[in-house]
Amino acid sequence: MELADIAIKFGLIIIIFLISLVVAMYSTYAERKIAAFFQDRVGPNRAGPFGILQPLADGAKMFMKEEIIPTNATPFLFIVGPSLAILTACIGSAVIPWGQNLVVGGRTIPLQVTDINVGILYIFGVVSLGVYGVMIGGWASNNKYSLLGAIRAASQNISYEISMGLSIIALLMVTGTLSLGEIAQQQHGWHWNVLYQPVGFLLFMICAFAETNRTPFDLPECETELVGGYHTEYSSMKLGFYLFAEYINMFISSAVMATLYWGGYNYPGMDWVTAHTGPAIGPLIGTAVFFAKIFLFIFFFMWVRWTIPRFRYDQLMDLGWKILIPLAIANIVVTGIVITFFS
Amino acid sequence: MSTFYFIAFLSIFFSILVISAKNPVHSILYLILTFFTFTIQYILMNAQFLAIVNFIVYMGAILVLFLYTLMLINLNKESEPVKPFMVKIAAVFGGGILAVALISSLKSLGVSDPVVLKNPELGLVKNLGKVLFNEFLLPFEVSSVLLLSAMVGAVLLATKDPKEPKATI
Repeated sequence: MELADIAIKFGLIIIIFLISLVVAMYSTYAERKIAAFFQDRVGPNRAGPFGILQPLADGAKMFMKEEIIPTNATPFLFIVGPSLAILTACIGSAVIPWGQNLVVGGRTIPLQVTDINVGILYIFGVVSLGVYGVMIGGWASNNKYSLLGAIRAASQNISYEISMGLSIIALLMVTGTLSLGEIAQQQHGWHWNVLYQPVGFLLFMICAFAETNRTPFDLPECETELVGGYHTEYSSMKLGFYLFAEYINMFISSAVMATLYWGGYNYPGMDWVTAHTGPAIGPLIGTAVFFAKIFLFIFFFMWVRWTIPRFRYDQLMDLGWKILIPLAIANIVVTGIVITFFS
Repeated sequence: MSTFYFIAFLSIFFSILVISAKNPVHSILYLILTFFTFTIQYILMNAQFLAIVNFIVYMGAILVLFLYTLMLINLNKESEPVKPFMVKIAAVFGGGILAVALISSLKSLGVSDPVVLKNPELGLVKNLGKVLFNEFLLPFEVSSVLLLSAMVGAVLLATKDPKEPKATI
């Protein structure tokens, strides 16, 4: 690998990192505006025109607040918790293909940090690691509400990971590869996987809601029962990290859903557009389409949050174990039968 | 090779911390780090699938359940078991004899020849799958029956006796 390649890779990583942070920042603003829209309110409108500087104001507020570590907490683990949450949220973006290869001045630039051939499993591993941030933070706070939140997070995460894995297996049977780059390439034009795996997509999406702890699955923080759940004892930017990690997770899981099921950077008529705009602009239009899909999913996350009330805990477990897992297994069997007899 | 020795050193270091940590939750956290070093070893050996499965199954699922159980245990100082003095002496004695036996058996061993894989790409998903579903199909399927029986056993142990009246909440 020559120096220029390393520089490009490094630049790409920095850009993706910045984009995830900015998207997460403005997701908080979008969430409040969308909530206001659904509840017929105005929403934040004081900082800057239309309240556009609100996330910056929130960030400044978080940094200025007093930092408290409770007396009976385990200090080291109390700090490790939010750090781990934000770390696992940020490393997921490494395997997502953001666009086709750019060709600028005879040099091919891949818009994917690394295309390891177990890409999906990597995402899956990062997701399963994400729960440690919540668990360690909740336990280290030495507070009963925090502990309950942490335990709920663990059991919810484990339960929904199983049906998420099973729904991915059906997708793998269709695509025949674990690499996200190849999966995105296969869906060229309009051959999106959601057309072949609608049930799989539905299962995956429900599980993604559960894994990111979004309503209706936000039992770990459930403010009506557990004060603030696992982050009851947190203040200042440590709390900010937990909240921020949730929005980054939402962005990454939207990107994964768009890549796996909704064609990633592919759109109908992309060959025509690339032929007319050249190999430097065409892939960037694909990337723009990809981001449009991601934003649609993020909007959907928020739409659900302000529409559907939270599950009761036993309902959550029933849904995970008694409905989603059998449905996912049936989906695998049906996919297998269809592949065996019709292709 | 130096990376291997560094990671191997970390594995041993963290596993010693696992058994020497006073707090069980800290032990589990060190165990997670130990398993993470194993994942790095698998990647060094080009066994990508094994690495990522070790990551998902051991670090992501089994240890979460360990941590889950330990968090529910009462970890106060008073509930720590206190062993009588004679038992401690006996344990030290027994452990010492075991160490001597292990060291002597290690000394009598010759240096083993490192196994060279016929196919260095064996750890990739495609090759591993082909080997598992052709050469080792029977053991692979039988092990799934083993796991199923373990699961049924766990369910059987956990279910309440149907004759007992149902507790009303």
